[in-house]
Amino acid sequence: MLELAIKGSKRYYGLLAVLAGIAGLGGAFWLWQLDFGLGITGMSRDVSWGFYIAQFTFLVGVAAGGVMVVLPYYLHDYKAFGRITILGEFLAIAAIVMCLLFITVDLGQPMRMLNVIFYPTPNSMLFWDMIVLNGYLFLNVVIGWNVLEAERNNTKYPSWVKILIYVSIPWAISIHTVTAYLYCGLPGRGFWLTAILAPRFLSSAFAAGPALLILLCLMIRRFTNFDPGREQIQSLAKIVTYALILNVFFFLCEVFVAFYSQIPEHMDHIKYLFVGLHGHGKLVPFMWTSMALMALAIIMLIPPRFRANETLLAISCVMVFLGTWIDKGLGMISGGFVPNPLHEINEYVPTIPELIITLGVWAAGFLVLTLLFKITVGVKEEVHA
Amino acid sequence: MESSRRKFLKVAGISAVGMSVGTRPVLDALAATGGEHGEIKSPEMVKAENALSAVHWGMVIDTRKLQTAADLEPLIEACHSIHNVPHHELKRQEIKWIWETEFQHAFPGTGTQYLNEAAQHRPFLVLCNHCQNPPCVRACPTKATFQREDGLVLMDFHRCIGCRFCMAACPFGARSFNFRDPRPFIPEINKKFPTRSKGVVEKCNFCAERLAEGKMPACVEASKGAIAFGDLDNPESEVRKLLKENYAIRRKETLGTEPSVYYIV
Repeated sequence: MLELAIKGSKRYYGLLAVLAGIAGLGGAFWLWQLDFGLGITGMSRDVSWGFYIAQFTFLVGVAAGGVMVVLPYYLHDYKAFGRITILGEFLAIAAIVMCLLFITVDLGQPMRMLNVIFYPTPNSMLFWDMIVLNGYLFLNVVIGWNVLEAERNNTKYPSWVKILIYVSIPWAISIHTVTAYLYCGLPGRGFWLTAILAPRFLSSAFAAGPALLILLCLMIRRFTNFDPGREQIQSLAKIVTYALILNVFFFLCEVFVAFYSQIPEHMDHIKYLFVGLHGHGKLVPFMWTSMALMALAIIMLIPPRFRANETLLAISCVMVFLGTWIDKGLGMISGGFVPNPLHEINEYVPTIPELIITLGVWAAGFLVLTLLFKITVGVKEEVHA
Repeated sequence: MESSRRKFLKVAGISAVGMSVGTRPVLDALAATGGEHGEIKSPEMVKAENALSAVHWGMVIDTRKLQTAADLEPLIEACHSIHNVPHHELKRQEIKWIWETEFQHAFPGTGTQYLNEAAQHRPFLVLCNHCQNPPCVRACPTKATFQREDGLVLMDFHRCIGCRFCMAACPFGARSFNFRDPRPFIPEINKKFPTRSKGVVEKCNFCAERLAEGKMPACVEASKGAIAFGDLDNPESEVRKLLKENYAIRRKETLGTEPSVYYIV
């Protein structure tokens, strides 16, 4: 099936070249980072995790979002999704690849990363994160490949794949729960020390993942001969709507807890993010933009008439993706680290090299996604020809 | 054509697995025989006769005896100089094992509205608390940060992968990261203590290397009696006596990390 990825139009090769170029540029900057150290980023003693880990956190969510296509089809026999489960699985692969790359570029000593395997430490959430992320990648590669190959050969996939599929469903929930557990078990970080962090992560994931999937489906319909299907896109849109509403509701619960209790430790981080604290407020415009995007997206997604209009839906999905990205990818990390445990404020701003490396990883992920989707579309076009 | 390629791949795969699993015992067996050069013994760790030992090391800082920033400077300098702590220009890349701050930062959320004037303006020394229930040790995925039996929370700089999870976990902001190679920024290298590389986390180690030679930690020695250091488990120790006679507080006690550093205010 791999040969389907290397045969395509000039536009396809062009896309691959652009993505590879950006990824290569990111790689070159990473080499500089390996030489100089993480000092080329804007991270600091106080904000010791920045853009890289923020992207990782967001993308674990996108990867988990793939389960929203798999679950209805395999557990509840929602036949319509059968057409696009492979797209969800391959999106998960690309997202996990980006997660692993972001973790790698964030490490101070990446050549020692196998230490996590040589010295297993079950009390560390990072240990479990490594296991669940790599496990999920393995699951999706094996499942996706076998299901697609079977479809291409007009046959049923082997029965052991079904077991892996059933395992992948709770596993998807686990990857984002474990990622949330990285944060919500740390005693010194009041912003993250909340039971609702894992549910919030999951709801945000089930909004962002399917939203991206909808956009990708619309693009596939536009640029190839495979139509993922109107009904499928509409069902995904319903999932995005409810997940987004839950996400915003969970956040409002956090706001209530912090501001009704008036406990400074809880209020300070939200204040820093939304109104600034002691004169520092670099993230304030971003956070309000995120809230506006999500609120507007909810308004545009609830009425069935708006949802049914695929142009409006596309715009809503972009807003959902951007809004959740700012919320999780920008606000969550800085908000947790500022103010620091001594209640001092040192803000974080990413540097240009840091952003280029980040972009490079995103490009690498989309390169993987393009290749996998090209194979998928190739098979679908073959089968339906 | 198809089947012979598949056969080749099968054989190659099994050989690769076999080699990766099988070479280790073979090499170990070869190494064990040693030959004329004698046996290879794994190194043993033996404590020096004059090494200090305790069940639970702890520190009591009498802040009444350290009134000004000038009092604290020699303590900080003593620690940073013998441990090859670099001096960085950029604040965000700074590395500090022990430093001074105000009461409201050392003890955030602890009533400062009408605080005793003296305490409000007094500089406070903050460092790693070598907690008995350390969240940083719980967080570290490689056990590069670990707790010794005598209570010290130490670091293996060679195992650290620089993930900085321990920095996120520490409720006291006690840890620093080497954002770049520290060696050019060390004013004078103390050859008796290792320097670190870029990409690893570091923090106060309660001068484990000095305890092993029968000496008190550098900051304790430089404090001229303002800081006491000893076995919190021993009721006769100086630290326990100080705690019996004076009211002392610890940082963020409600978090349950059980810091081993006490402050007489």
